[in-house]
Amino acid sequence: MIEALQFEFMRNALLAGLLASIMCGIIGTLVVVNRIVFLSGGIAHAAYGGIGLAFFFGFSYLWGIMGFALLMAVIMAAVNLRAKQRADTIIGVLWAVGMALGVILLDITPGYNVDLMSYLFGSILTVSTSDLWLMLILDGVVVLFVGYYYHDLVSLSYDEEFAKVRGVSVRFLYFSMITMIALLVVMIVQVVGLILVIALLTIPPYIAEKYSGSLSRMMVYAVLLNLLFTTTGLWLSYHFNLTSGASIIMVAAVCFFISILVEHLKPKSSVTTN
Amino acid sequence: MSNPIIEIRNVAFAYNGETVLQDVNLDIRQGDFLAVIGPNGGGKTTLVKLMLGILKPDSGTIRIFGAQSRKAVSRMGYVPQDIHVNRGFPISVQDVVRMGAFKGGGGWRPFRKKDRSDVRRALERMEMWNYRSRRMDDLSGGQRQRVFLARALVSEPEILFLDEPMSSVDTKGQTDFYDFLLELNKTVTIVLVSHDAMVLSSHAKSVACVNRQLFCHDTPEITKDMLEMAYHCPVELIGHGLPHRVLPEHTED
Repeated sequence: MIEALQFEFMRNALLAGLLASIMCGIIGTLVVVNRIVFLSGGIAHAAYGGIGLAFFFGFSYLWGIMGFALLMAVIMAAVNLRAKQRADTIIGVLWAVGMALGVILLDITPGYNVDLMSYLFGSILTVSTSDLWLMLILDGVVVLFVGYYYHDLVSLSYDEEFAKVRGVSVRFLYFSMITMIALLVVMIVQVVGLILVIALLTIPPYIAEKYSGSLSRMMVYAVLLNLLFTTTGLWLSYHFNLTSGASIIMVAAVCFFISILVEHLKPKSSVTTN
Repeated sequence: MSNPIIEIRNVAFAYNGETVLQDVNLDIRQGDFLAVIGPNGGGKTTLVKLMLGILKPDSGTIRIFGAQSRKAVSRMGYVPQDIHVNRGFPISVQDVVRMGAFKGGGGWRPFRKKDRSDVRRALERMEMWNYRSRRMDDLSGGQRQRVFLARALVSEPEILFLDEPMSSVDTKGQTDFYDFLLELNKTVTIVLVSHDAMVLSSHAKSVACVNRQLFCHDTPEITKDMLEMAYHCPVELIGHGLPHRVLPEHTED
């Protein structure tokens, strides 16, 4: 691994892993405790439509993803708030429509020859320095926002009814959270890709939750776990010449199953000794 | 009893086009212990949410301390139904109670020294201070309920709303909890929602039956008419005439 660091692309890849880990750990924690994993998956996949738009009209794919992911995120969040009973169905439809739109737009784009797979499964080894700057800015925005509204988010996530009574602006925070997911999709597309992002969003918080006494600690543990997964996955992909995104996810998956196994083997803790 | 602190006039509310409440009129006076009973889906929780300002009535007015609900937030305490709480969420007893001192709207350090001492006082009052660092998941139903009550009491409310507070509490815990509510009622007006008519037998000062409409009594007595109107089916009242006991105590179910 050390000798790999002499390559700029490898240094960039590691930094990208670090920056993505921070964002995924923090947002993933909010996604998991608020049970909006499906919604997040919907946004990530539908964002593919943005890639199609970007290539068809010839602008940067990052702007395409950001715009389209944000649009989808807002629609899905509104559906989730207004028509909760059928929200999952509608999100599922948008999920597929977004991807189909992307594929068709790429079909009819003249002279198109970009590797589709890199957007779906990530290409962390092609992260450029300017990409890193964008990631750093997005990380900063998310850290500052979550830090400032931390207690609002705790209140909302734990007990929405009570939060409303106490004057927490549920709607504002909800849309902010969804917006952050859309921003995350933008930066994660190169690291693990649109399809695999859901694993980095859910696995670390799932493991972290059991060992955390507070939401902030859960976020920190999730970030550290993400860091472990991305670095280990990257090393494996370098060493065995495997696809980086998939390697990262497989490392996460192995840890996920180990954590479930540990959970089952552990003697059940008795509830309250008074 | 003095002036009404809550005045509800001709309130109607519909959810997805379906009428939940209509023609609701209600006065709640200072020092009252109002039991809100009625069948499931009859609109009890909706009524409480309207009073708290979580929901807005489609028509009619609700005035709390002579003003709109939003302005009276700091004077109202709320213990929501246990089922709304996010199970498995990593949070300590202390942090839950702290929510009661939090006003929302962000901030880098939203809690002051006074908030910390208020939290401590509320937890001590509910005899839960020793559990402050425990995770909520590790508590029993009765203990959790006391923490939620502590959270509602942090801001020293003048009126306290409890929505089905007993759903996850065992019988012994329920008795203790009601005793505490009685003690609390000396200084705080209480509105208690329950689908269980038993609660009022020995605690409530007045009763409101809610089933789309509202039928109110200034005494804790439930009349046969009231129950029939509320539940839309003939109800047999047992033990009628016993003072402060609507139905005889169950020995064994």
